[in-house]
Amino acid sequence: MDNSVPHSRLHADDVTIGYDRQVISSNLSVAIPDGSFTVIVGANACGKSTLLRALARLIKPSAGQIVLDGKAISDYPAREVARRLGLLPQSSIAPDGITVADLVARGRYPHQSFLQQWSDADEAAVIAAMKATHITALSHRRVDELSGGQRQRVWIAMVLAQETPLLLLDEPTTYLDITHQIELMELLRALNQRGGKTVTAVLHDLNQACRYGTHLIAMRDGAVVAEGAPRNIMTAELVEAVFGLACVIIEDPIAHTPLVIPRGAPTPVAGV
Amino acid sequence: MSMLPATINFGHRAQALRPFGGRLSRLIGIRRMVVCAGLVVLALGFGLLTLASGDFPVPLGEVFRALVGQAEPSVQMVVVEWRLPRAALALLLGAALGLSGAIFQSITRNPLGSPDIIGFEAGAYTGALLVMVALGGGYLMVAGGALVGGLVTAALVYGLAWRHGVQGFRLIIVGIGVSAMLTAFNKFMLLRAQLEVAMSAAMWDAGSLNGLGLDRLLIAALLLLVLIPASLLLARPMAQLEMGDDAASALGISAERTRVLLMVLGVALIATVTATAGPIGFVALVAPQLARRLTRAAGVALLPSAAMGALLLVAADYLAQRAFAPTQLPVGVVTISLGGMYFAWLLVAEARRQ
Repeated sequence: MDNSVPHSRLHADDVTIGYDRQVISSNLSVAIPDGSFTVIVGANACGKSTLLRALARLIKPSAGQIVLDGKAISDYPAREVARRLGLLPQSSIAPDGITVADLVARGRYPHQSFLQQWSDADEAAVIAAMKATHITALSHRRVDELSGGQRQRVWIAMVLAQETPLLLLDEPTTYLDITHQIELMELLRALNQRGGKTVTAVLHDLNQACRYGTHLIAMRDGAVVAEGAPRNIMTAELVEAVFGLACVIIEDPIAHTPLVIPRGAPTPVAGV
Repeated sequence: MSMLPATINFGHRAQALRPFGGRLSRLIGIRRMVVCAGLVVLALGFGLLTLASGDFPVPLGEVFRALVGQAEPSVQMVVVEWRLPRAALALLLGAALGLSGAIFQSITRNPLGSPDIIGFEAGAYTGALLVMVALGGGYLMVAGGALVGGLVTAALVYGLAWRHGVQGFRLIIVGIGVSAMLTAFNKFMLLRAQLEVAMSAAMWDAGSLNGLGLDRLLIAALLLLVLIPASLLLARPMAQLEMGDDAASALGISAERTRVLLMVLGVALIATVTATAGPIGFVALVAPQLARRLTRAAGVALLPSAAMGALLLVAADYLAQRAFAPTQLPVGVVTISLGGMYFAWLLVAEARRQ
């Protein structure tokens, strides 16, 4: 067991990650606090999605390791990881003509075996997942005829049906209009607070990150610049350092969390 | 056996089955079950027709008696030794073609990604031809040659199409190119081969079940009785892969390993068919598509594709025997004609829809 991060079931220990021979992050250490709604923010190509993919075991660090429940994640059988950690990737393909309930049911795969392919538990999990995401009434519809917001809820239902204590989401609000974005963020918050899940999401919208996140990880050039509660770390200096954007921070009049107001034309990032 | 109604509206009729006190559980799509059963019954029906008809017609009752070994020796010989290998091979090889097509259409996520289009069948044929022309080997050696040829072609196509992973459409384009080159090479080999080798190889070129005996049936059946169930076991991981590598991996599937395993099985299936009967076109392409239309299933389904492949090939072979009797057509000619008609119908249907 790693005692330096006692309250984190999932953490990266001194990892070097990237694609092929291109290193995105080196010697990166990040912990996802248990029970948190962690949001990873940063400019495009800062390595936030890469970190998330490494945490989800989609890419293997070339050095260091990702630790899940005290053991290197690479030491687990793939199915065992899938029973503890759910991931909503950036792009998933709904098989042609699949119905909502059929797609959600696919999230049960890691719990099934040759003998058990549709147990009472499977059925209960699918019903609960559809209820939590408010898609029960859509269950018979074809996924390809739903709106973008509905479709994203279906994918989340599939990940929920997986019944994992840890949930990772890679830019889940992309392609959604503002109403559906907020709806989705409220859903994720409910899953975190009432469902007891540790939620980790990569987000673009800083204000949503501040409003809904309980723990923020700000990244630049593959390294963590700051992490902590949004209230404690979100400053104009941080936004300037991470995004190269001049701004003022005021208090969100509704949620009383930091609200980022850009000043105007971005100043160039130092060294670029 | 508990028969709980599914409490989830799946948009199609589905039945949860949890027999043995829930130690076994399945969700059965009713339509898919009915379609599979219907296809199997039809396919077996054509199989019986094949056993009964010919220059020496045998009544169905006699056919059944011959199958259990109680008919007169002459009837026994006609039904069991002459016709049974052909009928059984049509069913088995058809199922293999349907499965192989379904596997590759699923991996490439494209209805054109079938082994006869992307060169794996041509590659298997090249391997078989090389063995026949160079070594003059028997059926087992030819089958081995076909398998090696198919695998080498698959590795070649996969390697050429690789760029940070394999994308379905690129695989198909590369495969069509490789297929064209291999077909040209196959023709070249036939032209350069000794006359009698070329004659027998060319007969076989069109894909024919004519004159195949019990020995062939036995070996092909042994191979397929391993390959077909092994492929069916991968149906569920295969369906998950259709959602993309990331989604599949997140659900506990090793994407690349599953894909390679599926490809090896798909190539082995098509190689077995090619080594036994020569290249038979279009069944692998069309069977999964027709099966999908009938089952209205999402994605590619293995079992219905296998049943449809068996029906298509046994029906096509019956036509090949009877259409211009006593002249016997190679079954490959019939399947290609049927495939052409299917495409024409598809074009008309598409045009009407727009």
